[in-house]
Amino acid sequence: MNGGTFRREFEVTGGDFYNAGRVSTEIKEILRQIGIAAPKIRRLAIAAYEAEMNMVMYARSGKVLLQVTPEVVRLDVNDVGPGIENIELAMQEGYSTASEEMRAMGFGAGMGLPNIKKNADRFEIRSEVGKGTTLEIEVRL
Amino acid sequence: MTRNGGSIRIDEARCTGDMACMRVCPTEAIRVRGGKARLLESRCIDCGECIRVCRPRAVSPVTNSFAELSRFDYRAALVSPVIYGQFGPAASPERVLAALEKAGFDCAVDSTQMCEAVSAAVAHYLRTSGGPRPLISCFCPTVLRLIEVRYPELIELVIPVESPEEILAREVRKAKARELALPEDRIGIIYLTPCPAKMLDIIGQAGRRRSNVNGAIAISDIYRTVSSLLPIARGSGSGRAQISAVGLSWATLGGQTAFLPPEHRLEVAGLRNVERILTDIEMGKLRDVEYVELHTCPDGCVSGSLLVENPYVARGRILEIMGRLGPQPRERELAEFCEKGEYLADRNLSAQAMGALDLDVGRAISKIRRLEELLQSLPNINCGACGAPSCSAFAEDVVREEAHLNDCVFVALSQLRAEQSHVVDVLREAKG
Repeated sequence: MNGGTFRREFEVTGGDFYNAGRVSTEIKEILRQIGIAAPKIRRLAIAAYEAEMNMVMYARSGKVLLQVTPEVVRLDVNDVGPGIENIELAMQEGYSTASEEMRAMGFGAGMGLPNIKKNADRFEIRSEVGKGTTLEIEVRL
Repeated sequence: MTRNGGSIRIDEARCTGDMACMRVCPTEAIRVRGGKARLLESRCIDCGECIRVCRPRAVSPVTNSFAELSRFDYRAALVSPVIYGQFGPAASPERVLAALEKAGFDCAVDSTQMCEAVSAAVAHYLRTSGGPRPLISCFCPTVLRLIEVRYPELIELVIPVESPEEILAREVRKAKARELALPEDRIGIIYLTPCPAKMLDIIGQAGRRRSNVNGAIAISDIYRTVSSLLPIARGSGSGRAQISAVGLSWATLGGQTAFLPPEHRLEVAGLRNVERILTDIEMGKLRDVEYVELHTCPDGCVSGSLLVENPYVARGRILEIMGRLGPQPRERELAEFCEKGEYLADRNLSAQAMGALDLDVGRAISKIRRLEELLQSLPNINCGACGAPSCSAFAEDVVREEAHLNDCVFVALSQLRAEQSHVVDVLREAKG
């Protein structure tokens, strides 16, 4: 075995805009130390950031589990929150349920989920209304 | 020393090991071992913070001295706009240039018009090129190093426009060689630099490019000579090109973005602020911005570490000189410069492997796991007694086998205690 898997869990608090972006910055630092190629770090950083921001904007709380092996980087994102009613609709570029106030702040341009999908080699989403949303994001090395 | 030697030198004889440089270094590039500071070249971004804080003055920039220039038949000084803010209110740009010529340069070449031309080139490039946005300015060499070392994903966003001093050096060399019928290599082009980073950009980092500038002299090193010559430099310096107001603003902030609409540009100064912007760009924010002008010095070049005057006073003088200049209609000239396209740079930025714990991902994963374990056993108060600026930097050094775990006084102390109690146990048993 060649070092096995690196694993680290991060917590995200809904509504905490002050710390928004910290988790994705930390993830990026770890990937840099592990020596992941720059273009893949960029894709993962963007995906992690969008996922983090979605939780800050909509969820009560959430977790990101980062796992790295020599073959793949995987992010498991789990939140406790309102969930998504129509996933198909949410995956369309430009679709957003963000309030006008949030949009005025520059958030919720409806790019989050499609952007994550675009940057991932594998992307899965499950959601239960009233409970929360789960994302699986993978970038192969 | 790697990358052809850095821009910063530490004099061991003067170093007292007081760790001021180690604590201030933004990239954790300094360690204190055996009571002496040591620079880890691969992490250094040439920001010069260590020079500013070193009380025994053991840390100094690597620059050229005036004496080294005697090897040239003709010596031209390239004068960056910052220099005009360094002397008293009576020192007009024309007079400063004349004083430089009295100080031993065969000619002193103002660069403000070229700075303005490069501002126009930035706008021209943005107008005529596609691709992702925002593009990132390339005129602060410390920003470029920071991108190579910390944000290699952003290298493709660095605007490929050449620096004013580089284009000017090319032009001056050609013109003077023709005018004086000298071989081009007999002409020495010397940049008067406000910071050590520009110096390094000129003497050339491995692989980045070959510079047209032959050397750099710290503005602080010529300050005394020039100020003493200013009173008698009056009256000379006729036939000079007009000083450009836009070019002068390169000394502070916003010079590069002079021809861009405000909603498409950001001007950011100070290392922490620059890091914040680069992080935002990395996360895919700021897509509506066309161009970011970045400076790691807190107020732009006017606060470079090799300057003498208080940066706020200096900026005030620059603004005052700008205010005195009349209208400067140069649209056609600037358009011609841009159309020629000779402003494009063949800069060769490369992602530095410095960040990785190991070149093999599998081995790097075991090392980062080891690193996290180590951090659990360290006090995490970042006391610095081990000679590393933080417990995490120390743990990384241990994993890289550049430090020993026992260098941590807390670890050493608990080991000592364990051994002591072991000895006590043995004695007790022996007593029976």
